[in-house]
Amino acid sequence: MAALVETINLTRYFDIGRGQRVHAVDDVSLTIGEKEIVGLVGESGSGKSTFGKTVVGLHGKTSGSVKFRGETLPQSYRPADFQRLASKMQMIFQDPYSSLNPRMTVGEIIAEGLRLHSTLDSKQVQARVEEWLVRVGLQAGHMSRYSHEFSGGQRQRIGIARALILEPEFVVCDEPISALDVSVQAQVINLLGELKETLGLTLLFIAHDLSMVRYVSDRMAVMYLGSLVEIGKADAVYFDPKHPYTEVLVGSNPEPDPELERRRPSTAIVGEIPSPVNVPQGCRFANRCPKVLEQCRSVTPQLITLKDSERQVACHLYN
Amino acid sequence: MTGVMTSPQTIPALLEVRDLAVEFATYGGTVQAVRGVSFSVEKGKTLAIVGESGCGKSVTVQSLMGLIPMPPGRITAGSARLNGVEVLGCNVINGKDIRGSQIGMIFQDPMTSLNPTMRIGDQIAEPLQEHRGYSHKRAFSEAINLLSLSKIPEAAKRARQYPFEFSGGMLQRAMIAMAIACKPSILIADEPTTALDVTIQAQILDLLQDLQTETGMAIVLITHDLGVVARVADEVAVMYAGKIVEQGSVDDIFYRSAHPYTLGLKLAMPTNDPDKQHKLNPIDGSPPDLFAPPPGCGYCPRCPFSMKICDSRPPENFEVAVQHFSRCWLHHPQARISPAAPSIPRELYVGERA
Repeated sequence: MAALVETINLTRYFDIGRGQRVHAVDDVSLTIGEKEIVGLVGESGSGKSTFGKTVVGLHGKTSGSVKFRGETLPQSYRPADFQRLASKMQMIFQDPYSSLNPRMTVGEIIAEGLRLHSTLDSKQVQARVEEWLVRVGLQAGHMSRYSHEFSGGQRQRIGIARALILEPEFVVCDEPISALDVSVQAQVINLLGELKETLGLTLLFIAHDLSMVRYVSDRMAVMYLGSLVEIGKADAVYFDPKHPYTEVLVGSNPEPDPELERRRPSTAIVGEIPSPVNVPQGCRFANRCPKVLEQCRSVTPQLITLKDSERQVACHLYN
Repeated sequence: MTGVMTSPQTIPALLEVRDLAVEFATYGGTVQAVRGVSFSVEKGKTLAIVGESGCGKSVTVQSLMGLIPMPPGRITAGSARLNGVEVLGCNVINGKDIRGSQIGMIFQDPMTSLNPTMRIGDQIAEPLQEHRGYSHKRAFSEAINLLSLSKIPEAAKRARQYPFEFSGGMLQRAMIAMAIACKPSILIADEPTTALDVTIQAQILDLLQDLQTETGMAIVLITHDLGVVARVADEVAVMYAGKIVEQGSVDDIFYRSAHPYTLGLKLAMPTNDPDKQHKLNPIDGSPPDLFAPPPGCGYCPRCPFSMKICDSRPPENFEVAVQHFSRCWLHHPQARISPAAPSIPRELYVGERA
């Protein structure tokens, strides 16, 4: 599979004054193949969203690079770069309430990309917007309404239409379903699945709902405190986790199956994700890890590919 | 099918709620948020109330706690008896007899539920001073005990800190410490882990279960997460549009789902077995407008099995098995599933253990 998007040692720090830095994304190398869905999971504060935003250029890169179809993208985007890349890469945001401008009609919101990035005249733009409203399960007549007139699920569809109307090749979905009810989540997931089939999209699907990520993704990447700890086929990572953190994450994910839950020992671990300001030396998970070794506290483990598999794990247990 | 029942039959329970109805007068009209809810909770057991946003699950428990602002809220019917004593009327906003002493409550968002200007220890001490008449000093040292009971490390130091110095998971522990301060017989947990990560969620759920084993308190857990329900609940009530549509043991609800809505929720989620993975089946449409609730079943317009009777007459509460109730006309002996109803393979919703 040809790589569409490739991040190489991508790093994003935030300076917070007094010489302190938040290590939001640290040295992340991830390849996303064409027409592939890669799920990215991790706790809040693990840097998933920052990674997604850095990949599409909403944050500048502290170091490292992002390649799109072999072309290295600029370190930080100028307006011309956004102009050029917007029709190739788009983003769907987490919160369907704050990510839509309340003073614009739905038609204006969805049309904005086309107005800026295409040569279509206003009649053609309107026709495309109507077409997309129907495509995402709304009605053409909704164009003149404002976003506050819609429910959460409908707003998320508006966000999807806005991102996809330019028919991008690569879309970052940042927790597109976490604000929605279960029955509506399925609607949005199925919609994304259909659009992926018809448009041949490549997706980076960021979420913290592990069951849903497993269902949606081809491959799953697990992030902890700014760095990747495990990557592999989604089902394999979920059902046969290798990294102790992935084990904990999967074990903590409650399954809708009472018998299984009664059988399963509690995997609750002590402690919380440490502050990304003072990143611990060595393995970042060492202070919470149930299988911690001597060297974990001093030597940072690198992602290594396990024998006979596509699985990559950053853990000394597998050295 | 054992016949028609109007309400669940139980041995005298710790908490007995009958036909509770709550409405809110708003500018746009009257919202009938809770439309006749009955359930009971037994000592040492966990009842989970499940439902989507707007189904009335939070309003139900808030009315027990006297937390419904009146006006605009109004409890129009029903009773709630705790150990045989009515709590609905006496537990108004200013009456603090029951709230905090016999019923404790924790909320969804620990960040905004605590007073940011008070030290954690003082906040936990407050119910003890209020209900038990403890001196501040005695209450504060008891607060430190409670914090360590909630597994907060360095409790004595933490008690002197303010909420902003705590993480989300730690605040939820502090809130649990506060809720159990007066050893309530019931703890109401309204979406206690929704704002937390799965690893922290597992810690909090374990803590609640440990405390339940130690103290024998009953827990009423409000949640929308069926995974959390499967993990901690003994009994489950599924709510939709202000009514409980299905009620039973956790195994009944998951492995022998009777109501089409419960079934719909399960089919909308991924399975945990890749070999049995089906395409997600969303529930189309949206819940009814509770300003003008439908005369029949609230789920009828979204229900793939709906019959002629469904949109005109509210379904009775059928006991489909012992202590397993479903409010759906499909259980009526004369019900005929229309040939147009989708045939959903049984193994999708009935586990092989059924």
